[in-house]
Order: sequence, then structure tokens, then C-alpha cells
Amino acid sequence: MEISPPKSHLTGAVVGWRLVLVSLALVLSLPVLVIVASLAQPYSDVWQHLRDTVLSDYVSNSFLLMAGVGLGTFVLGVSGAWLTAMCEFPGRRFFNWALLLPMAMPAYIIAYTYTGMLDFAGPVQTALRDVFGWRYGDYWFPEIRSLGGAICMLSLVLYPYVYLMTRVAFREQSTAVLEASRSLGRGPWGTLFTVALPLARPAIAAGISLALMETLADFGTVDYFGVSAFTTGIFRTWYGLGELTTAAQLASFLLLFVFALFALERLSRSRLRYHQRTAQRAPRRIVLTGWRGVGCTVFAASVVVLGFALPAGRLLGWVVNTWRDTLDSKFLSLALSSVAVAVAASLLCLITALVLGYGKRRFPGPVETVAVRTAAIGYAVPGTVIAVGVMIPLAWFDNRLDTFMRATFDISTGLLFSGTLAALMFAYVVRFLSVSLQSVESGLSRISPSLDESARSLGHNGAGVLRRVHLPVLRGSMLAALLLVFVDVMKELPATLILRPFNFNTLAVRTYELASDERLADAATPALAIVLLGLLPVILLNRGMQRDGD
Amino acid sequence: MNVYSNTRRLLAGALLFAVSATTLADVNVYSARKEALIKPLLDQFSESSGIKVNLVTGKGDALLTRLKNEGRNTPADVLITTDAGRLYRAEEAGVLQAISSENLDAAIPEHLRSDDGYWYGLSVRARAIVYAKDRVQPSELSTYEALATPEWKGRVCIRSSGNIYNQSLVAGMLATQGADKTAAWLENFVPNFARPPQGGDRDQIAAVAAGQCDVAVVNSYYFGGMINGSDTAQREAAAKVAIFWPNQNDRGTHINVSGAGVTAASDNVAQAIALIEFLTTEDSQSWYAQTNNEFPAREGVQASELLESWGEFKADQVDVTELGERNATAVMAMDRAGWK
Repeated sequence: MEISPPKSHLTGAVVGWRLVLVSLALVLSLPVLVIVASLAQPYSDVWQHLRDTVLSDYVSNSFLLMAGVGLGTFVLGVSGAWLTAMCEFPGRRFFNWALLLPMAMPAYIIAYTYTGMLDFAGPVQTALRDVFGWRYGDYWFPEIRSLGGAICMLSLVLYPYVYLMTRVAFREQSTAVLEASRSLGRGPWGTLFTVALPLARPAIAAGISLALMETLADFGTVDYFGVSAFTTGIFRTWYGLGELTTAAQLASFLLLFVFALFALERLSRSRLRYHQRTAQRAPRRIVLTGWRGVGCTVFAASVVVLGFALPAGRLLGWVVNTWRDTLDSKFLSLALSSVAVAVAASLLCLITALVLGYGKRRFPGPVETVAVRTAAIGYAVPGTVIAVGVMIPLAWFDNRLDTFMRATFDISTGLLFSGTLAALMFAYVVRFLSVSLQSVESGLSRISPSLDESARSLGHNGAGVLRRVHLPVLRGSMLAALLLVFVDVMKELPATLILRPFNFNTLAVRTYELASDERLADAATPALAIVLLGLLPVILLNRGMQRDGD
Repeated sequence: MNVYSNTRRLLAGALLFAVSATTLADVNVYSARKEALIKPLLDQFSESSGIKVNLVTGKGDALLTRLKNEGRNTPADVLITTDAGRLYRAEEAGVLQAISSENLDAAIPEHLRSDDGYWYGLSVRARAIVYAKDRVQPSELSTYEALATPEWKGRVCIRSSGNIYNQSLVAGMLATQGADKTAAWLENFVPNFARPPQGGDRDQIAAVAAGQCDVAVVNSYYFGGMINGSDTAQREAAAKVAIFWPNQNDRGTHINVSGAGVTAASDNVAQAIALIEFLTTEDSQSWYAQTNNEFPAREGVQASELLESWGEFKADQVDVTELGERNATAVMAMDRAGWK
């Protein structure tokens, strides 16, 4: 029996994998590289103006937004995960999946609904004024359209990323470790902070970095709330000042934030390896009774109500008034095309993520690591920027090919990729690969390499290990990867808007067009449809989670 | 649906496809006008002419960037955008071609189109002042400039400077009043805001109705949309405010246009022109008024009853091209004045 493959074979594999990873990284980072290349272009006078006036606002607001959402998603996500995974309280089984619901709610849509309810002219403040006879300026009320409001909105819909990943991590922590901690005299809180949280750190970090990247890329919410952040600045520079190059340069500086994020996340788990070493047995739950139990129920319930039930109810209220006009025959085809592209994109993302994740796992050299990180850079870049980055090289290629074909064969090939679904798919993979990659990698990191070695020593080749060992263990992570991307693509707006081919429309685009025309009531039907379709994966995800964790 | 016309269309389609995929006589439209506000008209055009229209909607600048990148191979024949600034930018970028059409020249007044036939205005949008009927007398109102005086401190609602309507308003002021006067106006206007700029035009109207501010500067069709809309709260809010046309004794109320042009790369110019001409017929023009409460660009077209109830107003005659030329300058001036 051969324990290690022959050397030449190994070298061949290394070279092969490296080639695959590097070329994937090059292709997938091309749109971002196109944008970064703008740094080499001349800096226009607009820069001086930006520095003098608004740039410091962009930087500080984006920073505060990240800090706030980071804290918010950490608190909501980790406490939700701890309660449902490790504790027993009234309604736990329900909240187990209900806490995922806000994930179906796009940030810009929750922002619309809350503004309608909470701003000065909305029903809450109007009722207060009617009851107490107040007028404008007589009383204080939190301003929903503010940096704080944006932090709340984004935290409410982004915490499920942290919840989802942390919950799996908690359930998979070895019972022995947790029970040892308890038996050595640590209380539940002590165990949480000194044992469970540090062990779950990769999952928490992955979840929070996803949430923060979504935050950096968010445009709809900050724009609607009038918060000057980097994304609003990029749009303003492009649309208002007509300076695409300067906008691209701004976007490149946004990437600095992203690199900082990556570095932070890497740093937080440097040298730590987390693998389960014992047979899986879910730890016993801490039973919370009396006021503690009720407190947990109230906490979980308010998160679900604020992040899902209330905004969904608001949408439903609008739909009741408008569905006769909005729910026409074209609506079904709109929903179908949205689902179709989302399914295709999530499959593409998963396959790419598996290739990258495996390559890096088998040959974790510096080149591979950099390649994988580079391939996934697109997530934090606003969809508009990605779209421009996709459009420029594709159109360049198409036009070059066309020119060549005209000159040589007198045939015009026209535009082969630009303005097709292929271009849009490419943009989706660039933008959302990170989501599936995080999930796949976090799944892979939980499989101890010793497991591979045992399987190999038992005579399995690479494919055998994959099929017999990895796939069963990875099933949950793969499902999560698929569904997270599916929901993200369903919600995606700017790239779709810029790259879509003729006569192709999605629910998100329809929602946006009506909402940006300030017809929120009419926008409610497609918005609610996005939310409902987003629920399907949440339900599936929950099933997968229960099989894995309960 | 008429069977004969279906069969005819199928036959025609098959025939054209057989000839060559590239000579299909479809008109391809890039539109910054949203689907709901353009598709019905395009469908009517297809119905009457038999020419199929393919549509992509998106933001004006994004469509322009797409046009530029696609170059001579762009499939687009017609670009439709919702303000003069974008039309001007498209003309400057060389993605439009000059067309000559007697119909269009006759239908659209000179200041609402490009001098050389690069683009034509399709509808007129006016930026008016709305005021709270119970707290403001129309006699207190006069001009945009007057809203910068101390008596309006903390009483004005307006959306952010990222919004193209405000950028055009300031660009119009730059064109007619000059840089110094505009800067001075901005300096005094911004501190008069009742709250940091936020939300859309309907939100400004709702804020006036709720008492957060006494006046707001908004595009009139949003006001019309609230009056005619299905949302009860919005209808109630709209009932508490009234519209005022500013600057009637001098240059007139600021207006902008949505418009269309034929792309430089189009090899389907005749059909493209036919489509734009169709959009300026009396029927199409009154459709804009009925559907979106915009004013017809064509002279002598009956606007809707609602629009007529707001009274005649004098519109700024400044060439809308100038709004486009000064857009960036306007944004910078707003940045300097701290208009968020």
C-alpha cells in the first residue's frame, strides 16, 4: 500500500492546482483590477474639491457605519446563536429558524418600510402628536434617516450571517470541551466567553466580515437616509460630476477598507486551527426557566419582529391596497426570470468556491492563499463598480474581436458578451463568490486533515476522500453556500440594472424602479415577492441545520 | 388579439430572421425612463408600426457608460433619458448622431432640443414650491431666491444635493444668475433647511403636510402623483398643501426635460426616428400628462385636468443644454455650501 503518492505526481498536482487557482483568480478579479487600474490614471481637479469638501465625511461615515454594524450583527447574531444552540427556553424551536427570517429582507426595503412608519410624517409620530398635542420641535424622537438609523437597518437584516455561521460552530463544538469547562467550575457565561466564543471565532469572523462587506457595498439604504458614505460618494462623483475615472479611483480607495477587513479577519485566527477531534455529540442545552427563559423569548421575539414581521407586515398592508394593479400577468415571468438567474448564479458560485476551497486546502501555499482571497474580493465592492469593471473588459474584447473579424473576414461579430446574460452571470459570480467561499471554507476548516490522511491511508484517492468523507460533512455548508448566494442574487440591484440584456427584468429592478419613483405602495408587491422567495432558502437552510445540529 | 396580425408578424419575423440576424428591423432602446413610464408607449408604437421595440432601462449615466464602451457595436438605436444634463453628456461623448426631422423640429420648441438635432425633449418637468395651506399665504412666496432670506430659517424642506433635480435647479441658476449670486444664495439657503436633506420629493411634501417644514421645493408631478395615488395617507397629505410657481415676474419656474436621441452607431436610423416622432405625437404627449403628470413638450397639447387646475405658469426659457453644461459646477457649489 502506498501512503504518499510519488513525488513527480505530487509536483504535477501542485502546479496544476496553482495554475487553476491563479487563472480563476485573475479572471474573477479582472473587474476589480480594471477599477484599481484607474489609480494609475491622472487625478482630475475634482480630487482637490473632494478633499476640501466631502471626502472626510465619506471616510468617517463609512467607518462609523462599519463599526456600528459590526457591533450590531455581533450582538444579535452571537446571542441568537448561543440561545438557540446552547440553551433551552420557551419557543426555542421556533426561534431556531425564525431568527433567519430577516435575511430575506433586503436592506433598502426594510429602510423604506421603517421610514414610512417612523419619520416625522409617519403614523407613529403623527399619533404621538395627536395624543399629546405636540408640534414639530416640542419633543425628541430618534431620527430614522440618520447614520444610527442606517446602522440599525443594516444590523437587523445582516446579523443572520453571523447567526447562521456561529450557530453551526456552537453545535459542532465538542461536548467534552464545554463540559470540561463547566465541570472545572465555569458558569454558562464563563464558558461562553472563555471557551465557546474563542472556539467559534472563525465562524463569527466570517459572518461579521460578510455583514461588513455588505455594509460597505450598500447603496440603497445610505442613499435613502441621506448618509454620505463611500458608495454615495462614488455615485455622486460619477453621476453628479460626470467623472467616472474619479469615481473608480474613489472605489479603489474603498478597497483599502476591504483589505483592512480581510487582514483583520485573518489576524483574528492566525495560527489557530479548529477541528473537531471527538465524535460528534451535541452538547446538552442549558435550561433557562422563569424570568430568564421569558427574557430570552422576549429578546428573540423582538429581533424577529423588528427584522422581519413588522416590515413584512408593512409591505403586506401596501400590497392589500395595490395588488390589483401590480399583480399582472407579467409578474409571474418576472418572478421566474429572477429565480432562474439566481439559481444559475448560486450554482456557478458554489462550483467555483469548491474548486478554490479545495485547491487552497490541499496546497496551502502563499500563492494559493493570495489567489483565493483575490478571487473573492468582489463582495465588498458596490455592484455598480463591479458592473463597470465587467463592462469595460468585455466590451473591449468584443470590439477587438469584431474589428479583427471585420478586417480579416469582413464579418461583423458585434458584441458577443456585452449586454448578454453571460456578462450578468460573470458579475454575479465576481460579486457573490465570497459568500459561498466563506461557507465552503468554514466547512472545510472543520474537517481535520487527519481525517483525510486516515482515508488516504485506507486506500482512497483524492476523489474517494472527497466523495466518502468530505461531501457528507460538507453538505450543510454547501447548502448554505447555495442559498446565501441565491438570496443575494434575488436582492441584487445595481449590477443587474447596468448589465442586463434587452427585455430582461427582475423583481429587484421592478421594486427599485417603482420605489425610486417614490411609489412605495406599488413597489410593495415585487418587494414582498423577493422576501417570500427569500424565505424558501431560509426554510431549506433550517432543515439542513436541524439535520446537522439537532 | 387579432389572428391575422399575429400570423403576419410571425411571417415577417421568420422572413427577417432568414435574411440575417443583424438586419432585423427592431428598434433597441436604452432608457433612463422607468419601464412603467415608457413601455406602454413603446408597445403602442409597435402596435401601430409593426416595428418591434426592445428595451433596457437603467440609470442615465450607467446607460451612457454602456453606450460608450460598446462603441460602434452597440445594439442600441435610441437613448432616452430623464434630464437635459444626461442628454448633453451623451452628445458631448459622441454617442448620439444628428438627425433631421421636420416633424420633430415643428413639434418641439427650440430651447427644449439640441441645436443640431442630437436630441429632442419629450416631456417637461417643473420644479415648483409647495406650501402648507394653513401656515403660509401664497403672497409670502415669490422666488427660489427669496427662500434664502432669514424669514424662512428652519422652514424649508428639500432633498439632497445628490439629486439631479436639485443639481439642475442650481445649474439653471448658475446659467442665469452667475456664479457669485448662486454661491451667495446657496450660502443662505442651506441654513434655512428644516432638517438634513433626505428622502424623495413625496417625502418633502409629506413633511410639509405634517408640519415639519412650511415649504418644500419639489417636482410638480410628484405632487400630482400623490393626489391621484392609491395611498390614502399620501392623498391626505397632498390635500394639506398647495403648489406655487416661483419666479413668475422674472425668468420663470425652473424646468427640465426628459428626451431622446438616436445613437451614433445605429444602422436603423429611419425606424429610430419614427419612434421618437411617435413619442412626440399629440396622443403620446397627452399620455405623459395623464400618466405621470408631466407637461407636454409639444406646444398646444391639452394637459390633464389636474395640471390645468394648477394654472398656467411661465417656464424658464434658458436653453436646457446649459443645465447639462453646468451640472458638475453646480454639484461643487452645493458641496461648498454644505448641502448634504
